[in-house]
Amino acid sequence: MPVVLITDALIFLLLVLAVGFGVYAARHAHLREPWGRVLRSRIGVAALVILGFYVVVGLLDSLHFNPRLGEKGAQGETLYSPQVLSVLDLVLTPLRERQEKTYSAPFATHLFAKETIELPNGTVVRDYPRLTYGGSHLRDPQTERLPDILLTSLRGLGWGLLLWLAVAMLIVWAFARRRGEGLRPTFDAMLAGGTAVPWRTLLLTLALLLILGAIAAELSLKYHILGTDKVGEDVLYQTLKSIRTGLVIGTLTTLIMLPAAILLGIMAGYFGGLADDIIQYLYTTLNSIPGVLLIAAAILMLQIYMANNEEAFASLVERADLRLLFLCIILGVTSWTGLCRLLRGESLKLREADYVQAATALGVGRFTVIGRHILPNVLHIVLITLVLDFSGLVLAEAVLSYINIGVDPTMNSWGNMINSARLELAREPVVWWSLAAAFLFMFTLVLFANLFADVVRDAFDPRLRGS
Amino acid sequence: MTAYIIRRLLYAIPILIGVNLITFLLFFVVNSPDDMARMHLGMKRVTPEAIETWKRERGYHRPLFLNRDANGAETLTDTIFFDKSVRLFAFDFGSSDAGRDIGYDISQRMWPSLAIAVPVLVVGLLINISLALFIVFFRATYIDIAAVVLLVAMMSISSLFYIIGGQYVLSKVFHLVPISGYDTGLAAWKFLILPVIIGVIGGVGTGTRWYRTLFIEEAGKDYVRTARAKGLSERLVLFRHVLRNALIPILTGVVVVLPLLFMGSLITESFFGIPGLGSYTIDAINNQDFAIVRAMVFLGSVLYILGLLMTDISYTLVDPRVRLS
Repeated sequence: MPVVLITDALIFLLLVLAVGFGVYAARHAHLREPWGRVLRSRIGVAALVILGFYVVVGLLDSLHFNPRLGEKGAQGETLYSPQVLSVLDLVLTPLRERQEKTYSAPFATHLFAKETIELPNGTVVRDYPRLTYGGSHLRDPQTERLPDILLTSLRGLGWGLLLWLAVAMLIVWAFARRRGEGLRPTFDAMLAGGTAVPWRTLLLTLALLLILGAIAAELSLKYHILGTDKVGEDVLYQTLKSIRTGLVIGTLTTLIMLPAAILLGIMAGYFGGLADDIIQYLYTTLNSIPGVLLIAAAILMLQIYMANNEEAFASLVERADLRLLFLCIILGVTSWTGLCRLLRGESLKLREADYVQAATALGVGRFTVIGRHILPNVLHIVLITLVLDFSGLVLAEAVLSYINIGVDPTMNSWGNMINSARLELAREPVVWWSLAAAFLFMFTLVLFANLFADVVRDAFDPRLRGS
Repeated sequence: MTAYIIRRLLYAIPILIGVNLITFLLFFVVNSPDDMARMHLGMKRVTPEAIETWKRERGYHRPLFLNRDANGAETLTDTIFFDKSVRLFAFDFGSSDAGRDIGYDISQRMWPSLAIAVPVLVVGLLINISLALFIVFFRATYIDIAAVVLLVAMMSISSLFYIIGGQYVLSKVFHLVPISGYDTGLAAWKFLILPVIIGVIGGVGTGTRWYRTLFIEEAGKDYVRTARAKGLSERLVLFRHVLRNALIPILTGVVVVLPLLFMGSLITESFFGIPGLGSYTIDAINNQDFAIVRAMVFLGSVLYILGLLMTDISYTLVDPRVRLS
């Protein structure tokens, strides 16, 4: 039975908006042109592929449902478990269900902590017990583990290559049809880098992604490739689940603040006078409250509210989801002021532009002027801000979760992973894999988001276009 | 000039009133003092008497805005709003929910915060400017491209990892400095050096990249081309013309954050156990001490507004073309 969380609904709303904007952009030359620039840049294309991977994982994780239970109810109706799962959970079932007792290192076959084990002959020793799932198919881990890992990776490599070949063939075929050439010359042109869109970069990034993914998939069926955490949960599973949280914070925050920022910014700039004064006062006031403290205060209040109204939430997941949404809203409140100020400045300039003056002189209504002349001409600022803010928000989530004013502690997020792993650094030997996993996935996302943002800004910012 | 400053100071008053109202609404209207008391005393099994005592001890038992039982001016002054919010304007922070004097705590704790924030700012500024100049000297070469990629990568690392990594490498592996802690007086230097290093490194990515953009923008201007055409060496052009003119936006950017240095850094201080205002705030958040959070919100707003004012003044000082109006 499908479950729609609020953030799920908003994510799909965002998806619809993005697709709608894409269609709109494709029909208008002045928007098609800068997007064309993005697609012609090698970094832009590579970043798109990597970000696409994150988005797909995030979307899969946003389709929630209650799984069906095995047995039927008293009247023969189907029963649903109260547990909320996502499609990603379904895909990752082998990772999710193979829970160990406690910490284990990546690719380990033995637990990280010593336990009392009773040997078959009755003697009792203290030693590292074998893992229940990780590498449990090996009879002698000491000698068999390395060859097994290599062999499995090789199989993964094969699968990845096959998959990539299939995708690459499809792309080449589609591209060849569009160019009206044969497969061979098209492929040669792509390989030589002679095409406008850097297909070679795209195919290479795709190859890297698919091969690494396939190897990881093959290996994680037998081992915990990023280890397990304190309660024995697979770290790879956790970090993949954290992707959704990061994406939600990075995108929904901007989506939520967008209407207010656009409306107030344009109003302040276009109408001027009293409206300008009031709006300026509003954003200076909000801006002068230290962001972290405002977030802290709001989250504290939310916690009290939730503690007092426990019965209002159907499940833990729903509660965590509401907190996530609330965090997005409050982050939006603290971050809309920058965009609002930019839009105010730009509409102040546009108000004096000749075509706006002409429209006003011809008797066009004020709101029509805003809708037809001002708004389309500030959209590039909105877009650049949206992309630029993304990586900062993903990073902010980690910091906020570290001081316990971020997402719900029960929710998978990179901030929570770091927070719980931090104390384990004092252990000897060090439990480093949770941190490393969070670092790796977060760094990749933020790095490519930053690179992509640069490309988008260069393509859209008219001031930079001449140079 | 004086008239301008006075006008700006007057303009700050409605903003502070706004901040005050927002925090008041957030802390007392959205959730009543009863909720707060229950939160502190344990959620379920709390007697109404216990809540009443908790509120009375901390002065939360009064009405919010209007005290109808009191006479004269006391109808307005003997209220939570006056006692907890209006008094902040006189920098009278009152006592925390745990009973300590907030004003005294702040005056004690601002020094460790400054001891980290000031060196990070100064050293960071020097290093970032030098690096940016170095990169601009090699602009449009492979060194430039590689450096920018490196800077973007450094920007993409969460500050948490800089701290954790720095603590791990310098303190745990090489045992060069203690992991965390603090000492009074000059003996504190060995506790300060690691946070300062990490603070500087963590800021290199964003800072250097920003300064590089400023320098490159400046280097494209006509007067720089003239200087080159005269036959000045690239070194002289960079130091005498580009650096000097780009210092204007750099310095005014620094002035904004100067007052906020008092607030300290939340994450750094709590990781290194430094008793500054940042860790004070974090502790207050974790202990849900609303009085402290309220005081810090107010202090932060005052400092931010001060920063804006100082920026405007510094513009006129460094750039005579800017006239105050």
